[in-house]
Amino acid sequence: MSNQHANSHNQFAAQVRSYGVELTEASPGAVADAIASAIDPPAVGTPLPWDGVELPDGVETDPTPADIEDAATGVTAASLAVADYGSIVLRMDDAGSEPVSLFGDLHVAVLREEDIVPDMEAAFEWFGEQLRETRDSAVVATGPSATADMGSLVQGAHGPKRVEVIVVR
Amino acid sequence: MSSERDSKAAHIRHIMETEGDAVGANTRGFNDGRYESVGELEDYDALKDEARSIKEDAIERLPHLVDELTETVEENGGTVYLAEDAADANEYIAEVCTDNEADRLVKSKSMTSEEIEINEHLEREGVEVVETDLGEWVLQVADEAPSHIVAPAIHKSREGIADLFNEQFDPEEDLETAEELTAFAREQLGELIRGADVGMTGANFITADSGTMALVTSEGNARKTVAVPETQIAVAGVEKVVPSVEDLQPFVELIGRSGTGQDITSYISLLTPPVNSPTVDFDDPDTPVADGDDDREFHLVLIDNGRMAMREDEELRETLYCIRCSACSNTCANFQSVGGHAFGGETYSGGIATGWEAGVHGMDAAAEFNDLCTGCSRCVEACPVGIDIPWINTVVRDRLNTGTDPELEFLVDGLTPDTETSGPGIQKRLFGNFELLAKVGSTVAPVSNWVANAGPVSRVLQRAAGVAHDRDLPAFQRTTFREWFEGRDRVPPIDPDRRVVLYPDLYTNYILVNRGKAAVRALEALGVEVLVPPVPGSGRAPLSQGMIDTARSKAERVAEALGPYVADGYDVVVIEPSDLAMFRGDYERLLPEESFESLAEHSYEILEYVYGLLTNGADTDGLTLADGDGETVAYHAHCQQRTMGLDEYSVAVLDACGYDVTTSDVECCGMAGSFGYKEQYYELAMDVGSTLEEQLRDADCDHVIASGTSCTDQIGDLLGEEPSHVIELLAPDGETT
Ligand code: SF4
Repeated sequence: MSNQHANSHNQFAAQVRSYGVELTEASPGAVADAIASAIDPPAVGTPLPWDGVELPDGVETDPTPADIEDAATGVTAASLAVADYGSIVLRMDDAGSEPVSLFGDLHVAVLREEDIVPDMEAAFEWFGEQLRETRDSAVVATGPSATADMGSLVQGAHGPKRVEVIVVR
Repeated sequence: MSSERDSKAAHIRHIMETEGDAVGANTRGFNDGRYESVGELEDYDALKDEARSIKEDAIERLPHLVDELTETVEENGGTVYLAEDAADANEYIAEVCTDNEADRLVKSKSMTSEEIEINEHLEREGVEVVETDLGEWVLQVADEAPSHIVAPAIHKSREGIADLFNEQFDPEEDLETAEELTAFAREQLGELIRGADVGMTGANFITADSGTMALVTSEGNARKTVAVPETQIAVAGVEKVVPSVEDLQPFVELIGRSGTGQDITSYISLLTPPVNSPTVDFDDPDTPVADGDDDREFHLVLIDNGRMAMREDEELRETLYCIRCSACSNTCANFQSVGGHAFGGETYSGGIATGWEAGVHGMDAAAEFNDLCTGCSRCVEACPVGIDIPWINTVVRDRLNTGTDPELEFLVDGLTPDTETSGPGIQKRLFGNFELLAKVGSTVAPVSNWVANAGPVSRVLQRAAGVAHDRDLPAFQRTTFREWFEGRDRVPPIDPDRRVVLYPDLYTNYILVNRGKAAVRALEALGVEVLVPPVPGSGRAPLSQGMIDTARSKAERVAEALGPYVADGYDVVVIEPSDLAMFRGDYERLLPEESFESLAEHSYEILEYVYGLLTNGADTDGLTLADGDGETVAYHAHCQQRTMGLDEYSVAVLDACGYDVTTSDVECCGMAGSFGYKEQYYELAMDVGSTLEEQLRDADCDHVIASGTSCTDQIGDLLGEEPSHVIELLAPDGETT
């Protein structure tokens, strides 16, 4: 692991935690267990796109609207993370990662350590290439959803109340 | 006229009483957050410059970028509709709803959609419209207008929202906490989103290269609005187009920090619609979402509504760079007291609203509230794209100045030899022509002071020109500063270290004469040769009333008078910060480049100059030093002085002379030139000043000092005793008559 990666990782960990996001690290083979102990059932998810990294049993990976509605937890992959902001990038896809990550009270995001970039400049270079090429959509998510519209800051407005990140290393 | 001023005063008073506390607490919180959050950025200024140049370039190439974007979106499978005006946009959107047999449209927050009043239009067409942003929803339920462009319901307290919900929805158990209110709203709105046929969003930025729109949000409602229904409509002003995805980066880093003081908001959606996410069809709850046969539809409605004309308008064009972050509202002292319901037009609020309203709704819409910008300039450094917001206000004021008080004009005609071709109102002309007023006032002082502040005359001034009866007018001095200077017996230093022209600004010359004398003594004590030649007023007073022609002719005469001294190697030293701000800033728009640059380059604020002398080896021995045991000073720097970054010199020199300094941290004293003298704004000015008063009283120091004339007047009224200028504290003692 290069120095830069180590720095980015540490900075990312510190930043996400400052938003009240829990962060766990797991080797590829241990990811399923880490997810299993993070989730509140019932859980929905979309398949993780990396070889040797699996979702645990009990996560519905082909959810219906009813499943999404009833789920307490949504599990999805994050494509990228921005170290100095503690942000994760959630890419939309045909499998429904966007609604899966949005409706439950808890969102568990799985992220590969090598996908952590140091800053927004690097992130937007990546977006530039990706979005021009694929015309995909994505969300840069930082911490849980929040609102201050009801008189004081409340976490969990329309989106998740809690976010957990599992870093695969 | 007088009754118009009365009703304006009553309106402002009412808003301050009912909404002032909530607005004040929220905007000050945002503003403090901004200072903290941008302070953490290593390259804040570089990011701002980058953001500014991206916008300059995008607006320059706008027609081309709109074409490119249209092509891209169509390639992506969406539709672009370029709407000429609000009616055109509304019709198109209603058609899309009809084609989709839509009964309900859910919306995320969008000011542009408020500008075209789409909700009202669709409701008339039988489409139910639901605002899903919690703040917007509160307002929809309450049937109120936004009071802030980013946080629309900041004028409402938690208790107020709870009362509203309990009354409207009669829940089983009364709602009370912010958590309960949020959970209740989430549930209600969740239900409404589930059954929606169309989702409508705004767009903070749209990239021409990929057709990606950036949405800056925190609640997650915009994500649901896009993810759930099959049809998406995005409404955006044409000015939102930027060339490429990479261009989004500086804005993403700046917008949250500048606005609500968040480093970044919870969600930055980068949508390239029609999005490749399956719809969530709650009418078919048991078919896996990934198996649905989606046919997503996307309509981008780009709104002109006056923007292309703004682009052609040299003075209003800068408005189009605005990214609607709200920093200029939050940092504005007047806005902090009243919010957008008083400081706002049909759609937009805060300082930049003048540009938006004039451009999209017309001059009348801007006229209503444009006076509330006092030109303090604190917003300029807060604006992430560096818009000269006070200048836009000045220009609009100038255009609005069409004679409205014919029958009263003769009263001040003799006192108002301005060069305005159209007629500003009598109040504006009285304050705009302060120079002649001061000359006449001084000739007949102290009688003029006594007369002006005596009951009958004071009331006439109030009735005819709207001068607040509760204010004492500035007291003109019988012997002007220049007369004193000319009459002194003194031998000029044979071999001076530096040579200075001390600018006899109107206030120093006619009213605050002692600070001029102090400046001369201090400079001479530091080995400087000082001249005080006759130089006319800077034009600040007419400019602040929107009398640009008059200001320009003053500027030309100042440049004529000072130019030869500058050419001869003299430095120009200025006591009044608002005049230095003219020399260094506004003159750029009033003078030829060369005369502006040489004057700007050689002008210094008095304490900035003293600081320079001290760092170049001059000795503080000649100045009045603090006595040994921690003499304390409460210091309020002038708003424009702070924007120029010059307040720190005063603090540094005071420090070097042994004083223990406490500085105020309010954005503006509230007086802001003649603003606080105007009858209709007097109470607002005093409300703004109350924060400063509290800070100065709490500091409980041996001396209270200020830099600007307005601040001196205002603090005098607030504390019952006029503060002195920094230089008066530091200058060696001397004759005071
Ligand atoms: S003018 Fe500048 S500070 Fe004001 S809202 Fe627009 S971008 Fe923000």
